[in-house]
Amino acid sequence: MTINFNKETFRGDYSFHNSEWAIKRFPFPFHQDSYMYSVNMEQHSGGPADSVFENRFDVDEHYVAEMEDRAMVLDEDPLRCQSLPHMTLAGWDLLELIMVSKSEDYPDLFQLHRDGDKWRWVNKPLGIDDSFTFLDETTLPYGPMEYITRQTQGDFCVLDQRNDNLWMDAGMVTTQADWSLDFDIGMNFFEWHAPVPLAHEMGIFQRALKFLLSVKQGAPARRLNWTMTVNPLLDTSPENYHKWGVQKTTLTPKNIGKKQHLRVELQSFFRLPRSNGLVFPIRCYLIAFEDLVTVPKWGRRLHRVVRDLPVELATYKGFIDNRPMMLDYLSQYDDGLPTSPGVFPDLETEPPLAK
Amino acid sequence: MTAAPQKTRPGPAPIDVIVRDIIPLNGLVTRFEFARADGGAFPPFSGGAHTVIEMQDGDITRRNPYSLMSDPADNSHYAISVRRDDAGRGGSLFMHNKVKIGDKMRLTYPVNLFALDLRAKKQLFIAGGIGITPFLAQIKQLAKTGGNWELHYSVRSRDVASYVDELTAHYPHQTHIYYDEEKNFIKLDDLLSGQPLGTHLYICGPKGMIEWVHDTAGKMGWPEQNVHSEEFKAPDPGKPFSVTLSQSGKTIQVGETQSLLEAIEAEGIDAPFSCRAGACGQCETAVSQCDGTLIHNDHWLEDDEKAAKTKIMPCVSRFEGKTLVIDR
Amino acid sequence: MSKFQFPDSIKSRPVYGTLAPRAGASHLFVADAEGAEAILDVAKQDPSMMARAHIIYIPKATGTSFEDKLAALKPAQLYIGPSYAAAVPRLRRVLADMQMNTQVYLAGTEGLMGQAQNEAMDAGIPHEFIQTEHRGSVGRRMQCVHCKGITEDVMTDPFECSHCGLNLFVRDHYSRRLAAFQGVCVDAEDPGNVPEKVELYT
Repeated sequence: MTINFNKETFRGDYSFHNSEWAIKRFPFPFHQDSYMYSVNMEQHSGGPADSVFENRFDVDEHYVAEMEDRAMVLDEDPLRCQSLPHMTLAGWDLLELIMVSKSEDYPDLFQLHRDGDKWRWVNKPLGIDDSFTFLDETTLPYGPMEYITRQTQGDFCVLDQRNDNLWMDAGMVTTQADWSLDFDIGMNFFEWHAPVPLAHEMGIFQRALKFLLSVKQGAPARRLNWTMTVNPLLDTSPENYHKWGVQKTTLTPKNIGKKQHLRVELQSFFRLPRSNGLVFPIRCYLIAFEDLVTVPKWGRRLHRVVRDLPVELATYKGFIDNRPMMLDYLSQYDDGLPTSPGVFPDLETEPPLAK
Repeated sequence: MTAAPQKTRPGPAPIDVIVRDIIPLNGLVTRFEFARADGGAFPPFSGGAHTVIEMQDGDITRRNPYSLMSDPADNSHYAISVRRDDAGRGGSLFMHNKVKIGDKMRLTYPVNLFALDLRAKKQLFIAGGIGITPFLAQIKQLAKTGGNWELHYSVRSRDVASYVDELTAHYPHQTHIYYDEEKNFIKLDDLLSGQPLGTHLYICGPKGMIEWVHDTAGKMGWPEQNVHSEEFKAPDPGKPFSVTLSQSGKTIQVGETQSLLEAIEAEGIDAPFSCRAGACGQCETAVSQCDGTLIHNDHWLEDDEKAAKTKIMPCVSRFEGKTLVIDR
Repeated sequence: MSKFQFPDSIKSRPVYGTLAPRAGASHLFVADAEGAEAILDVAKQDPSMMARAHIIYIPKATGTSFEDKLAALKPAQLYIGPSYAAAVPRLRRVLADMQMNTQVYLAGTEGLMGQAQNEAMDAGIPHEFIQTEHRGSVGRRMQCVHCKGITEDVMTDPFECSHCGLNLFVRDHYSRRLAAFQGVCVDAEDPGNVPEKVELYT
């Protein structure tokens, strides 16, 4: 398949943009006109053709630009990629998983040749052609997790499974929604989720953990999560919050359509065979409000979700102060008509805006 | 509800295999080696993992878990060792008496409930009888990475000392063998004092042995996080049962290998679902009549809800008894 | 002296207990300031454990108040040190030789317990197995998420990072690995608007 890779930035002049194709396949996360936490896991085994769910690791027009941004983040702050010593084997498992999946799902872009433990990996979009020995770190320019995640969109949390819990013992985290790998590395499932309001009391994490502990090799799972970001800034890290936080105050009724972005995480969960660990990829998709409302159903629904979201969630997701301005903008795209269940645009059946 | 829910099982399809070799080791234990029917490579696994073998014994489908003892890095074959148990449910007798080279069988993908703690400064293994099998795979894995390990292996007698020769030949310094009949027993108190901080202890063998080691380690001040034992959970295929769907009045059969949700879907009914593994709550279904026992295998319902018999999670739970009517 | 009652908080915030004697071949105690009282309390429950106990104690502002009482327990080894940092080489040396049936008991400030716990974890003891009891100051070790510098004994919210000078608000989110709570810039979205300092737990 041919993808035209954008030349764009996620900082500075923020030239990031979504094509029509990217807009239509955007992973809109709301299947109804309100939102609350749930254990919204599903089996990650395909999806509608051309959707973000179809392949194991989705590649889109932002691939090359995202990898360039990642390299810049790591130059500025190497602590965004860390691996505790016992996690190297899991890193090799992840390298194999991504190389096999991408070479099978996107054969025009990625190739993997294996002769015993002598492997050759070709990454056409990034111009990489590397030969190395599987399980021998000295034959790669970086540790295996860092090597492959510098070439894969999204953040990666590599979890050790011990004592009926999951431990975040390694990760590549440069596109995070305001959490710090350097701070959280070594924490278990409940600890790294500690700051999330309401969900613990609802029993969400206890059930999610039981599900994740039993995810099996060859049968990954997935779910969606979301938040809001002003400007298409991928690196919304706590580390840099003292620099980007102020951007939230630059919204005006005139620029909000361009600047305010819905930020959706497609999270997946794969069992890693040799280490018995679990990898938790977090793939980040951004869409400007003005692009999102071109899908009438999404415009209607997003207004209602944002309007009725509990204060604790809007605060935790960082947009409580901008909510009134967001609602002023979004209400223009809500004509009160009913919306179909499910996340997809349903353009054939959902009527255009009646205002 | 979710974004693009898929009607697939929360687990990969089993692997079709052919028995490539059968090697009796002694009067009690036989090794079985399997190749893939499609000639391909087996999935890699972590030492300590097991597979569940599906055997057709006439009308009966047996599913028994066995530790994988082959080298995790060797994907050309999988190997298990089976101890004949004349008083058991019949699985080991079937393996010993009925299985021939060339036979077709099915194995599940490996699952590991007895994994090594890779942070350990030393791995200390205590094996009893056929409990040696998971350690054989773990030892091969550790040998490649130069890990620090030690094995204490208790067998009944030299006649049934499976793999002792191989272990003492390859790893003479790490292997310690004890023969029950020669009144040669593991001196557990001595063994458990003097181990360096960061030692992890693994036991696999008869239930009594496992309890003895856990108790002794606890009394001596070992943290329970450092003491691991294999707990084989027998797989739950469950017996077939019938259920009445109240919205249509139809009574359907749920087969042995089928979940209640899958049986409902096979009738052309689209019941809500998401994770298909008992955790998300989406498939929750009201029970209007239950004359029998609900077998709750989910993590969703609270204890009082399970006891009240008014709800069931059809993706993982089952029924045994006379009558079940659910609101679908 | 009565023990401080920490308010209920989020799942990453450590919860401390009460030291109790536990079976083991040897017992290692690390404590600062009023933490000595916790050692005295547990010794009352089982005086015989002291014959196999090694106590590492940093008095801080309590001066010599507890030295004699600790010595009277007749521990196998007693070390009185000028600071935790000075005690670390000794602590590491002792842990290096310890065996699996050693019990570790930590008492005093959160900062001391968190750091000593890390040393014990690095040596191979699971953190769940290490006993802790809080006594004395409720000052926190805070990591500035921006410059990664640690500011000790923080008693107000907000506070100034002692390394980069940013004004940081105090979170309950805690990292065992860093033995510190997280501090985040308080005026990022409204530079210069720094709230009045409030003492912790008021």
